[in-house]
Amino acid sequence: MSNVLEVKNIEKYYGNKTNLTKAIDGISFNVSEGEFVGIMGASGSGKTTLLNCISTIDRVNAGKIIINNQDITKLKGNKLNKFRREELGFIFQDFNLLDTLTAYENIALALTIQKENPKQIDKKVKEVAEKLDISGILNKYPYQISGGQKQRVASARAIITNPKMVLADEPTGALDSKSARQLLETFEHLNKKLGATILMVTHDAFTASYAERIIFIKDGKIFNELIKGEDTRKQFFEKIIEVQTLLGGDLNDVI
Amino acid sequence: MLFKLSLRNMKKSFKDYAIYFLTLVLGVAIFYMFNSLDSQQAMLQVSSSTRDMIRLLVDLLGMMSVFIAIILGFLIVYANNFLVNRRKREFGIYMTLGMGRRQISGIILLETILIGILSLAVGIFIGVFASQFMSILVAKLFEADMSEFTFVFSKDACIKTCIYFAVMYLAVIVFNTLTISRYKLINLITAIRKNEKVKIKNPIISILVFIISAVILGYAYYMVTGGVYELDTADELLKPILMGIIGTVGIFWSLSGFILRVIQSNKKIYLKGTNMFVLRQLNNKVNTNIVSMSIICLMLFMTISVLSGSLSIKSALDSQLNEFTPIDVNLYKTAYLPESYVNSYTGKTVYNTETQIEDSKYPVSYTLKTNGYDMNNLKDIVEVAIYAIPEWTLETSLGNYLETAMKQFSMLAYDTPETVIKISDYNKIASLYGNEQYSLNDDEYMVLCDFDQMINIRNEALKQNSNIEINGKTYHAKYNECKYGFVIMTTSNMNGGIILVPDSFEIKKENTEQYFLAANYNADTDDGRQEIENTLIGSENTEFVNNIKEKGINLDGNSKISLREASKGLATIIIFIAIYLGIIFLIASSAILALKQLTESSDNKQRYTILRKIGCDEKMINTALFSQIFIFFMMPLALAIVHSIFGIKFILSILAVLASPDELLPSIIVTAIIIGAIYGVYFLATYFGSKNIIKEEE
Repeated sequence: MSNVLEVKNIEKYYGNKTNLTKAIDGISFNVSEGEFVGIMGASGSGKTTLLNCISTIDRVNAGKIIINNQDITKLKGNKLNKFRREELGFIFQDFNLLDTLTAYENIALALTIQKENPKQIDKKVKEVAEKLDISGILNKYPYQISGGQKQRVASARAIITNPKMVLADEPTGALDSKSARQLLETFEHLNKKLGATILMVTHDAFTASYAERIIFIKDGKIFNELIKGEDTRKQFFEKIIEVQTLLGGDLNDVI
Repeated sequence: MLFKLSLRNMKKSFKDYAIYFLTLVLGVAIFYMFNSLDSQQAMLQVSSSTRDMIRLLVDLLGMMSVFIAIILGFLIVYANNFLVNRRKREFGIYMTLGMGRRQISGIILLETILIGILSLAVGIFIGVFASQFMSILVAKLFEADMSEFTFVFSKDACIKTCIYFAVMYLAVIVFNTLTISRYKLINLITAIRKNEKVKIKNPIISILVFIISAVILGYAYYMVTGGVYELDTADELLKPILMGIIGTVGIFWSLSGFILRVIQSNKKIYLKGTNMFVLRQLNNKVNTNIVSMSIICLMLFMTISVLSGSLSIKSALDSQLNEFTPIDVNLYKTAYLPESYVNSYTGKTVYNTETQIEDSKYPVSYTLKTNGYDMNNLKDIVEVAIYAIPEWTLETSLGNYLETAMKQFSMLAYDTPETVIKISDYNKIASLYGNEQYSLNDDEYMVLCDFDQMINIRNEALKQNSNIEINGKTYHAKYNECKYGFVIMTTSNMNGGIILVPDSFEIKKENTEQYFLAANYNADTDDGRQEIENTLIGSENTEFVNNIKEKGINLDGNSKISLREASKGLATIIIFIAIYLGIIFLIASSAILALKQLTESSDNKQRYTILRKIGCDEKMINTALFSQIFIFFMMPLALAIVHSIFGIKFILSILAVLASPDELLPSIIVTAIIIGAIYGVYFLATYFGSKNIIKEEE
């Protein structure tokens, strides 16, 4: 299978000459099409910086990031925005839905800003709503629906443009455990049935256990990599906990 | 330390201060300009009677300034309140660091003083320069000589401005201290995290309310234009005003929902780019600001109609003046004075002297000659007698139409005798004035009238039954409508009706109401004419003036020169007060609108950040922001413009000023420039302010 994402030896520094912090210190990995990859690490490990760099919100100081055969570190200005709009889908911890728009409009907005044909938009929104089981709440405003529903609306917005890759940043961070489980099942569904490539950043082992492969990051470097393979999710979860213990990350993270 | 903090705060939050500062500077500048009027150069160049007019104007403007100061005071407190609210979190941080309320008040006090002094300085600086331009305007309006230009600075106006604004700043300081003392730390720190619930309205109700409001407005428009003749009492006038207010509020209540609904049904527009987002933003904003939007719309309406209305009255008056004052002077006096009459004000019986009674039996030229007036001063003299026959009243003229007329116009005096002039007499005057002359058969009469409302009544009456029986003879109207014409010169169309009768019409000498004389001054230059005018009007102690005073003879007169000055002065006073009030209203509404927009900037910031995150580029975001603010600013203005179209028509119709579109155009252009400039500056300041706010923390 072809690689959707190739991260090649990237580095990202903060600060100045006298006080240099390496947020990312030579990370390389690949994500192939249709994969569901998790990135784990403690606070300050550099995982969010990594996601920001991949999502073109931030720039790297060295190395290459190739998404769909295009080196995004070379893109600039409007091309970058266009790339982000068309090739990537985002899901955020705090949903980032517009409170003035209905669920339907929030989903449609991702298409309208791509100047999609209005006739197609309505059809596509209804289709994706059907798949994510949110058809019933399309005409509601964000404040009228639950957190889980909000995150599913956000997911619908992220995948409606048929992105090459969906980037999720702590997607279950603001959800209760039941909603979190539902959302993760939705992700599984997106990944397995619809073939979406998902890259998810989380510090929660349970959330991570839904992924097929997990990359652990510590101090800006890749510390370990776990592949689910033939394991059940429970076995995979236990392995993740083991690695986390090794990592010696936040005690809080090891429940 | 506090001072440093204040100074740095001001520098840091300069973008926030921009609107506040702009409002203060404009307020100061306008205030200075209008209060420095009396010391401006144009004042030194005008004639004494004009100077009296300007003195009156200055007094009026002075009184207005108190009112203006109150408006500005409220506006400044409001704007300042916005700033303090925006910085709640900052104050919260100061408080957690252990700073007391008193110290925070101190910081704000220092900031207020700093910005106060700065705005006063800048405002007066701008005001001084702008007042030089106003001086040119004054000169033009009063036709003063401005060939020599000198730079004028008014110390009085400057001191007055400083005192008034110092008082306003004091109010701001008191208000701020009160606000700060009421804050709770927890609220200060969490001030930003307050998310309003989005108010949603039933779209069907929105559409219904919109249509009803539009109908109400439409009817109010009809009342002040097509149905204006039914508005003859103050109570009646309240109706369209009330309906206008209700309609305006209704429109703003429903407008955004209505537009949203309409555009939603067109998917091509609705699902294009950020249109959806912009519409929702507007919907949200307008729905939470219905009252202020309505007030702003009505203030703009006042500004537009007052500005363009007053300017067009002025230009209409100017152009009509030439037509109304075809010759230099009219002199007239009451004929056949009674021995005594009852003064209607004091209720006392007044006795006329024998000299007065004797004099009143003869024409005006007799009075002039017998009192030693040099008749060589006058040329083109025409003298006529104006009659009033007790049997021929307005009631008689109206005939069958009387009842209908009385229902519509209850306040007309229907039992007053009509003004009657013989046809040959009138033709003499018409020939001198350059007006049309007429001829009548022995059994005919005709009516001259140029006062709009009376024309309507009289035309109806003439159409219905035009035969009049008088002295046992029947006269019928030659024309079934009024003809244009007048005898006494005035500044506008004020001839309510003159009946022309054939020369054979029998009238007793005692029925002479007035002796009337029209003439030109025997001089070729303006100065010469002014000199002759002085010999007549009485500003100079001539033999004639003294004689008349001594004998108590009451000779009335209208002259071209005095009518013009009165008209010019009146128009100018109207214009100045209109511009003063109009601009202040304009500043107030623009500032409130701008602040309303900026108040919600923190909410907006969040929303625009989301847009950015889902892949909107800066260009798209800026376009969305621009159209959002643009529509937000345009909505009240657009409705206000529609209101004004009818408002101006109404003003013109009640003042009975005929203004052709050509005459209206320049004043509308001037109004548009003034509004465009001030409104535009606020719009741009708001746009760039908002742009900066949504850009923060990238």
